[in-house]
Amino acid sequence: MKPAPFAYHAPATKAEALGLLARLDDARVLAGGQSLLPMMNLRLAGPTNLIDLNGIAELSGIRRAGDALVIEAMTRQRAAERSELVREHCPLLAEAMAHVGFQQTRNRGTVGGSIAHMDPTAELPVVACALDAVLTVESAAGGRQFPIAELAQGYLMTQIAPDEMLVRIALPLWPKGHGFAFEEVTRRGETFSVVCVAALARLDGAGAFARLALAIGGLGAAPVRLQAMEAALVGARADAEAFAAAGAAAGALEADEAPFAPPDFKRHLAGVLTQRALARAAGRARRASS
Amino acid sequence: MTAAQPKERWFGQAVRRLEDDALLRGKGRFVDDIHLPGLRHAAFLRSPHAHARLGAIDVADAEALPGVMRVLTYKDLRPLLTCDRIPLAMPSGAIRFDVDPFVLARDEVCHVGEPIALVIAESRHVAEDALGLIAVDFAPLPAIVDPRDGLKAGAPQARTDCPDNLVAKMSAAYGDVDGAFASAAHVVAQDFHLHKGGGHSIEPRGLLARYDAGEDLLTVWDSTQMPHQAKRVLVRALGLSEHQVRVVAPDVGGGFGPKFVFHPEELAVAAAAMLTGAPIKWIEDRFENFMSTVQERDQYWSVEAACDGEGRLLGIRGTLVHDHGAYTPYGVALPYNSATNLIGPYVLPSYRLDIALGLTNLIPTTPTRGAGRPQGTFVMERLLDRLAAKLGLDRAEIRRRNLIQPQQMPYDSGLKTRDGGAMVYDSGDYPQCMARALACAGWEDFPARRAAARAQGRFLGIGLANYVEGSGRGPFESASVRIGPSGKVTVTTGAAAQGQGTVTMLAQLVADALGVRPDEITVIAGDTAASPLGLGAFASRQAVTAGNAAHQAAGEVRAKILKVASGWLEADPQDLELTAGRVHVTGVPGRGRTLGEVAAALAGLPGFALPPGTPPGLSAAVDYQPKGMTYCNGTHVAEVEVDPATFTVTVTRYVVVHDCGRLINPMMVDGQVIGGVVHGLSSALYELMAYGADGQPLTCTYADYLIATADTAPRIEVHHMESPSPLNPLGVKGAGESGTIAALAVIASAVEDALKPFDVTICELPVTPARLFALMPREGQI
Repeated sequence: MKPAPFAYHAPATKAEALGLLARLDDARVLAGGQSLLPMMNLRLAGPTNLIDLNGIAELSGIRRAGDALVIEAMTRQRAAERSELVREHCPLLAEAMAHVGFQQTRNRGTVGGSIAHMDPTAELPVVACALDAVLTVESAAGGRQFPIAELAQGYLMTQIAPDEMLVRIALPLWPKGHGFAFEEVTRRGETFSVVCVAALARLDGAGAFARLALAIGGLGAAPVRLQAMEAALVGARADAEAFAAAGAAAGALEADEAPFAPPDFKRHLAGVLTQRALARAAGRARRASS
Repeated sequence: MTAAQPKERWFGQAVRRLEDDALLRGKGRFVDDIHLPGLRHAAFLRSPHAHARLGAIDVADAEALPGVMRVLTYKDLRPLLTCDRIPLAMPSGAIRFDVDPFVLARDEVCHVGEPIALVIAESRHVAEDALGLIAVDFAPLPAIVDPRDGLKAGAPQARTDCPDNLVAKMSAAYGDVDGAFASAAHVVAQDFHLHKGGGHSIEPRGLLARYDAGEDLLTVWDSTQMPHQAKRVLVRALGLSEHQVRVVAPDVGGGFGPKFVFHPEELAVAAAAMLTGAPIKWIEDRFENFMSTVQERDQYWSVEAACDGEGRLLGIRGTLVHDHGAYTPYGVALPYNSATNLIGPYVLPSYRLDIALGLTNLIPTTPTRGAGRPQGTFVMERLLDRLAAKLGLDRAEIRRRNLIQPQQMPYDSGLKTRDGGAMVYDSGDYPQCMARALACAGWEDFPARRAAARAQGRFLGIGLANYVEGSGRGPFESASVRIGPSGKVTVTTGAAAQGQGTVTMLAQLVADALGVRPDEITVIAGDTAASPLGLGAFASRQAVTAGNAAHQAAGEVRAKILKVASGWLEADPQDLELTAGRVHVTGVPGRGRTLGEVAAALAGLPGFALPPGTPPGLSAAVDYQPKGMTYCNGTHVAEVEVDPATFTVTVTRYVVVHDCGRLINPMMVDGQVIGGVVHGLSSALYELMAYGADGQPLTCTYADYLIATADTAPRIEVHHMESPSPLNPLGVKGAGESGTIAALAVIASAVEDALKPFDVTICELPVTPARLFALMPREGQI
């Protein structure tokens, strides 16, 4: 479990990093290293060039920008977990963060690293999916933005080009008084999730859904949004029947075979967790508005 | 402690572990901490196939890589060896084919991970780079992954050197079992598929070998439970004499069974050091650990139990198919332990289990903590739960009706131990043990707790299990106690320590005899140069065997001190006492001598006489031979909560009442029991070494292979009983494995109880959420 030889680069600025990415063949950027380095040690990944982003201060930070919370890609997961801004404006992310890896890995792991790696069991892409995150990737030639729904192109594959890197995640904010919940099932306490669900809900004065978002991770290569069900439930009473309907829709989704998690088990969990997450989110929204 | 303080007794005290200061400060010395000038690093090329014929191996490109010293294969090492295979066979009449492993694969690979070639390089990184440059011709052969498949007529051979896959066949039997079934009031039958997790020490295997041509000495620092056994194999395989080989087990970061077994890498690295003259280090990484270190894995039981109208057992009979793996480095002990431990603390009038050991194209199976006993206990306890359900009895009541009573001790089980002796339980009060556990765990109040939880939509369950563990296996262990003119006390022993607290335990015993503090005693364990004889760590044995050896040796040294001092101080030995490193007249601390003075007198001066009537030297060496195995016992009660929609199991309460005879250090016994329980919970709920149908391992990282973690471990309450063993002077029994033994059974019982409304029957380990989901009736979900 020792990596194959590679050239190590430690740029001090983003521009320098992008220049290296443009110039070097077979290069990977190193964020927190909680996935890439084990893969290199197992020789499942063997980049010729490793560009270490950890010395680039401008790639870290969390700020409010209009109606979005902007998280620079190299922000440590632990920093996001403990951020007052996150807790105040994006409590779903704060709740989910406690499930991301382990405290030890969150100290090093980054928000952008987890999203760009796109592990099918990772929590952060699911949260980003529920929030309709907008990603900014940059190369030496310039930047572009796209919604997270367009990121994945298969298992552990994204549309980020070899000369690009993810630099920023913008999370559009939900108004005060919204409800949220994150639910997951693991095979053992703290470890990778089997299935996880993020739910957001806003209620109108009559206790009906004004808006909701349901994202489910673990079923396939990328998180899935229950868009049709979300639309169908707007205007419906936020009651047990609605939660069950959401659960039934989630339970009918496609699920891939995974080690120790047969598709029917994953679909079952998707149903249970969606129902629970939506119920909890709606409950919070109700309490916030009462 | 000053001389004026009353004499302390260290036996029975929660003495802080002498090992911990260095370990907690990062000053432990493990194999990988040892650095020698000119050190080279080894990496092994391992088989990517579960079964294949081995063709040409081309190492030219690998040897040409800068930084690579040599690439060695079987052909290179064979000239150094006295035999083709590593001589490991253990005597057993049941074994049909002794399949000793090769130092490196010769002409056939029989499991993924089997070592084929050894690269020696300036660093482990370079050595691993070179592995990718070795070209090997493989001709794949059919692989046997499930031992039941391998035992079918016409099955492919798992090894081409064995005519079939039935590597051993045996029975554990006594009494008229068929007669018992013929007259039974009730019979239950059940199949079980039991998977048991591996050892998973934090420190994987590893060794450093140096051959010093000037001294003509091969020194091997080896992360092993059995340094003396390793030396014996090295002496024999390398054709050396005993004085040419020294094996040292430095600090060892956990053993748990697998480090009992001498693995091919240990011989390969030692032979390579002799061949090249360079000191060579190999540290197993975790990926290799999953692919090459011995495991425990699968057993398939098909059994039935018969009882009378009141639920008293009449007999158990059935079959066991055991996954043996591709080699036989540890004989048949593992499934035999399962078979003999099944009877546990119960009166079982008749028994017959026919056991088939099937070769598979997987890593060899050998004992890990619990050593097959958890499976036997699981089967008995599950059968009792089935009978209780059938008879409408409380699970505790059916056990009460079957427990061996204290007045039946010593109790001859009717079975034989593996060396052919009678399996006789030496002492214990099983009914009281279970009664205390039930009381501590609130067994009687549980229905009220369950009802209250159900009112909140929560599902609680409770389970219990009893067990007995044969511990303190012989044939002997060695210890010597020596005091030099420095006055310092040194204990050497053939016992070997991997974190059990062996040093502290021995120091406590010797301290009591010699009137010194435990922390003033140096204990050297695990060095063949320090103790000419020894066995090592297995079968929860070292307190029983090395403990009694040290106790007896210290007693002999004490007697010698008293004899010499008695002459000097003109006092009867009975009027003398040993305190604070001195021997003095009782009540007159000033009238005495130091132990150093006594030792100096016995060390002699050229031409001067020794004290009259005393042989030279202040030391004694004892090879203690236990009269028989001592049997510890216990009861576990666990309470769990199961989410019947997500199948998440949370252990909410865990009570152990444990009886390992007299406690030398209750704190360390608690640690052993708690660690054992967590090890057992890990196997009950999480650990699954999975293989594809082609024999490829699917779980080679801790992301895929789950083990219990601190966040999932419940608080474990441990209560002790002390039924002294009549078989040894200290009255002690083993404690190292017992925590593991009942955990698998008790969790299955508790989870099944929690899911009682859904009529779930648990016959398979581990109890994973996906398996529980599959067991649920479809309409019972959500």
